[in-house]
Amino acid sequence: MFKDFFRKTKYAILDTPENVERKEPEAFTKCDECGNTVYYKDSDKNFKVCTRCGYHMKLTADERLSIILDEESFLEYDTDLETLDILEFPQYQEKIKETQELTGLKEAVVTGEGKIEGIPSVICVMDQRFISASMGSVVGEKITRAIEKAIEKKLPVVIFSASGGARMQEGILSLMQMAKTSAAVGRLNKAGLLYISVLTNPTTGGVTASFASLGDIIIAEPGALICFAGPRVIEQTIRQNLPPGFQRAEFLLKHGLLDLIVVRKDLRQTIAKLLAFHKGV
Amino acid sequence: MTKKLEFDKPINELEDKVKELQEFAQEKNIDLSDEIKVLEQRLHRFKKETYENLTPWQKSQVARYLERPTTLDYIKYIFTDFVELHGDRLYGDDMAIVGGLAYLEGQPVTVVGHQKGKEVKENVSRNFGMPHPEGYRKALRLMRQAEKFNRPVICFVDTPGAFPGIGAEERGQGEAIARNLMELFCLKIPVIVVVCGEGGSGGALALAVGDRICMLEHAIYSVISPEGCASIIWKDSNRAVEAASALKLTAQDLLNFGVIDEIISEPLGGAHRDPEAMACKIRDKIIKNLKQLKTMSQEELVKFRHKKFRKIGMFTEDIAEN
Ligand SMILES: [Zn+2]
Repeated sequence: MFKDFFRKTKYAILDTPENVERKEPEAFTKCDECGNTVYYKDSDKNFKVCTRCGYHMKLTADERLSIILDEESFLEYDTDLETLDILEFPQYQEKIKETQELTGLKEAVVTGEGKIEGIPSVICVMDQRFISASMGSVVGEKITRAIEKAIEKKLPVVIFSASGGARMQEGILSLMQMAKTSAAVGRLNKAGLLYISVLTNPTTGGVTASFASLGDIIIAEPGALICFAGPRVIEQTIRQNLPPGFQRAEFLLKHGLLDLIVVRKDLRQTIAKLLAFHKGV
Repeated sequence: MTKKLEFDKPINELEDKVKELQEFAQEKNIDLSDEIKVLEQRLHRFKKETYENLTPWQKSQVARYLERPTTLDYIKYIFTDFVELHGDRLYGDDMAIVGGLAYLEGQPVTVVGHQKGKEVKENVSRNFGMPHPEGYRKALRLMRQAEKFNRPVICFVDTPGAFPGIGAEERGQGEAIARNLMELFCLKIPVIVVVCGEGGSGGALALAVGDRICMLEHAIYSVISPEGCASIIWKDSNRAVEAASALKLTAQDLLNFGVIDEIISEPLGGAHRDPEAMACKIRDKIIKNLKQLKTMSQEELVKFRHKKFRKIGMFTEDIAEN
């Protein structure tokens, strides 16, 4: 079945991130879920979805933008925000520097505006290579500013969440970003603008407990882990094994916490369709 | 018997000694007031020295201490005619959060707070003050009710965090907290928050969006527990003492960051030594703050609350601009 799916996507018109530079000399990787050997040339054409089990591999912000936005339509906001190690937390500054060099990113979220099948939108994408895309002051501020820009320009907002939660190394200030971003969504609501929240693997902790759960429409990618408390923390607390599939997108859908699950190859069209319903609002 | 705080032991011993001497004097009908006075002075000095120099880790212990007054203790001393209201109208009644109606100086208010237990049995029924989604939804229901009847809301914050469990996840713990955060910003009534014990992460924040955030002198408020932080960063929960310092979770730190508005000083030796005196101080602060907030219109209040949280965060662009 997945072979068919793969064959289909080979002929898809959508752009795939061909231009992504690879550090690894190997031409293949192993699927985290089924252990299948996945060739990059195949998986890239398949939007980094395992050709055997359908596992949705993690995407960088660039990869995500390239499969969602119309070509060359992206205008990035707030490119120069960087964190301040206000707590002087042990090894934090080193970690930031190291991650910046490794990823070429300044922080864990890329924000801006672009077009999705011709519809202008504000878009935010979290990138997990950056300290598990945890939310500190910069992530909170960039998301808040992006939402404020949307209000100013009367644009819809699409946020792709993926996060390990709050950025512990920024202490209470990272916690407060949950309040700040949620307040911004409240203002967006008052302005009558659409917010589509897309939850990708994994979305956890303080991000789940703030803006990611506040979309007018909440979409998840198949199999994505979505939770407030992580499975390990729960297992340690209740001293029980967790049922299979617990906290996966399908589990959340069943429990009424999501609107829909969309496979990656259909994501762009689905979002465009949903945006179209709200055009001229 | 509750386990005493380690650094409190010398104080406890001295307290016992004073009591013993007083009883002895009374029993034998002899005058030992000079001796007692000397001991009391020493006790005073002991308490002062210990509690003025608590480390962040020691403060964490004080904040979590089983004998520390809870929300219901404060309600008893601060308000009159408290009527507890139950349930979220959706799933159940979460005993880890209490809420209801009461009078403050004859004025009706809505009170909501995390509730820990006093002993094992009560702690089990209150889930050690760790709410499920229904707790947050009950709190929101009561706050919206307060808005309808135009009465202020007072929140007491004291939780290790939102409960990490199967049911909590099934019923949308993240959604419940997120919704509270968003909705609390829209309430057209004054909201005063008192962080009185343990402000544990998102589970605390869900009751802590307000116009005035007060924090008791030895309370803590943090993105993660020191133990949790230590086990994630250093893979060693025994390094919690270090993590408590690194996290900057004391009331004094938070005032510096501008996250809280004021610190309410505790009776000498901590709130647990005199809950009523503590309550009295909290009451004064609430009354004072409510008076200030009453001068604002509903619109001004909402704007003020947004602005207050909007500016929180530290990043380099700030420096360039300043
Ligand atoms: Zn696979």
